[in-house]
Amino acid sequence: MKIVTICGAGIGSSGILKVNAERVLRKLDIEATVIAADISSVKEVAADAQVILTSAEFVDAIGATFADVIVIENYFDTDELTVKLEASLGS
Amino acid sequence: MSLPPLPENAIVIAAEAADWRAAVTLAGEALARSGSAKPGYSGEMIRMIEQFGPYVVIAPGLALAHARPGPEVISDGLSIVTLATPVNFGHPHNDPVSVILGLAIASVDTHLAAVAAVANVFNDSSAIADLAAASTPAEVRAIMDVTA
Repeated sequence: MKIVTICGAGIGSSGILKVNAERVLRKLDIEATVIAADISSVKEVAADAQVILTSAEFVDAIGATFADVIVIENYFDTDELTVKLEASLGS
Repeated sequence: MSLPPLPENAIVIAAEAADWRAAVTLAGEALARSGSAKPGYSGEMIRMIEQFGPYVVIAPGLALAHARPGPEVISDGLSIVTLATPVNFGHPHNDPVSVILGLAIASVDTHLAAVAAVANVFNDSSAIADLAAASTPAEVRAIMDVTA
């Protein structure tokens, strides 16, 4: 499974989301590759992704996608990430 | 996993900022003081927010101001500005902001170790309130778990 985290720069916030998503996925025992990318490369990077994690600001720019777009409010709240990832991946 | 350098001259306590641009500028000036970025980096960070919106407010009360690696970055570095009066960035959930974390990253290849260390600190949900209440740079460095 492939998960992509998206922010404006492709570093910083998307990196923090990647690190915390990996921690949550390990706890949920879900195997996935998590890639941090910037919004300008979302079309190619996320073409084969199941899930895109991002902020509300980027939802419109991500546009039509087969991936489940999940908006995260607090990037450091692993409980929020856990609930939203579990709901999306339906374990 | 180690945090980018956060020397005392990159920490500003209880600053006054009229708006989010002034607050981000303080974080950029602090990175310039510590030698991690050139003065123009403040403008780069502000442009990211103008272009993409207030998404840098990644948690309640905390903005992670940053731009891409580029000619304005000298070396990896962190700065921290706490505000006497919190300012709004226009974020739907996480305003107002009382702590600005300025982040300069020199290379995309190494940034994940740096942000992982930042994530470690803030996965403790009391860290933001503790930083906002800190009264000395030494206290800030202790909360951030800076040892060097």
